[in-house]
Amino acid sequence: MTQLVNTNINGDTIGFACEADETLLDALRNRVGLKGVKEGCGTGDCGACSVILDGTLVCSCLVLGMEVEGRKVETVEGLSKGAELHTLQTKFIEHAALQCGICTPGFLMAAKALLKNNPDPTEEEIRYALAGNLCRCTGYDKIVRAVQATATELREA
Amino acid sequence: MRYEAPLTTPEAVELLASSRGRVHILAGGTDLIVRMKGGFIEPDVVIDIKRIKDMHVIRKTAAGTSIGAATSCGVMGRHQALKKAWPGVVEAANLIGSDQVQGRCTMTGNLCNASPAADSVPALIAADAQVLIIGPKGERRLPVEKLATGPGKTSLKKGELVAAIELPPRKTRSADAYLRFTPRTEMDIAVVSAAVNLTIDRKNIITAARVALGAVATTAIRVPAAEKALIGNTLDEATLAAVAKACSAACKPINDKRGTVEYRTRVAGVLAKRAAQAAWTRAGGKA
Repeated sequence: MTQLVNTNINGDTIGFACEADETLLDALRNRVGLKGVKEGCGTGDCGACSVILDGTLVCSCLVLGMEVEGRKVETVEGLSKGAELHTLQTKFIEHAALQCGICTPGFLMAAKALLKNNPDPTEEEIRYALAGNLCRCTGYDKIVRAVQATATELREA
Repeated sequence: MRYEAPLTTPEAVELLASSRGRVHILAGGTDLIVRMKGGFIEPDVVIDIKRIKDMHVIRKTAAGTSIGAATSCGVMGRHQALKKAWPGVVEAANLIGSDQVQGRCTMTGNLCNASPAADSVPALIAADAQVLIIGPKGERRLPVEKLATGPGKTSLKKGELVAAIELPPRKTRSADAYLRFTPRTEMDIAVVSAAVNLTIDRKNIITAARVALGAVATTAIRVPAAEKALIGNTLDEATLAAVAKACSAACKPINDKRGTVEYRTRVAGVLAKRAAQAAWTRAGGKA
């Protein structure tokens, strides 16, 4: 049963057709064309598909597309303002906090959700907040440094 | 598959009763969608209860505190009054999965998924919580330990859903605690877990206690012998040793890659002792 889902994605009102058993991850990638949302495990363990749904960080592989009717979805594509990168993105580049890059969109969204609720996190808080995101290139340390640097810069801004 | 998102509980109950084929309730989806995508279940109808406002409410009632079935564990962790009254229940709920999972997963889902290793269930049993069940014949209440009947199985009848979890009123000088053992600190499933909820009087004598264990039997279990060892005593070495012995004796665990029978049996006693100490300290107990 295909149904039209009306929602708001990265500030834009968007409608997409969706099957009842289709995940938000598949809908975002295949119906809306937002390929920044990555599928790692598909079981909520790796966090590569992380998006922010009505202000809450979720794995889009564990959300049905139909659930987002009338909701607000934020993906990595909404981070930058045109050509101007978000501070998190700049800091990830400066700190070389990525290797293959497949986990990066998920880490960016998880870090964004963390800093919104906690602008001055300790290293331990950062590591706990990012525990739902796996990096197969094992680059965690640089990711933590990038998030710390972002927090500092955003607090000073 | 059909997706339904009713706006009221009566509508959800009506849909559940009238839908043919395999019908599943969707709350957080952190178990349901994994099982759908893995091909373990093929629902004909999924009823999403998250559009029902009542299902998100945490409120004080005459009978204690009611937590709506769609309340995420993350929301519970930010509810200061709930944390203060039931620190053990909230810490158990907050141990489930990552932040991403916390934003979606619910204690009611944890209960209805009926995993023997479910984190929130031993804490709810120790808390003497009950579930509010709504079905075609109206409402009924059931102690949480009677909901799961085996791995993946519950005593819910056709057309029934759990609408809320109800915690009793909190007495003074009472507290609870939950501990689990996992090889990792995060994102892991309990190898063994223990929950203790107790009340102490002004002389530091335990006047009421409930003890529950997880991952050591086909369901989470209550351990009456450990409760007897606590009640009427202060929390000294002898009492703690008796609690550990009773808990180990109650274990009927499995051998698997996460733990052997011997290991789980021994660790159950150790965790129960530590959970009793944590609950005791929170309740204001002094040796």
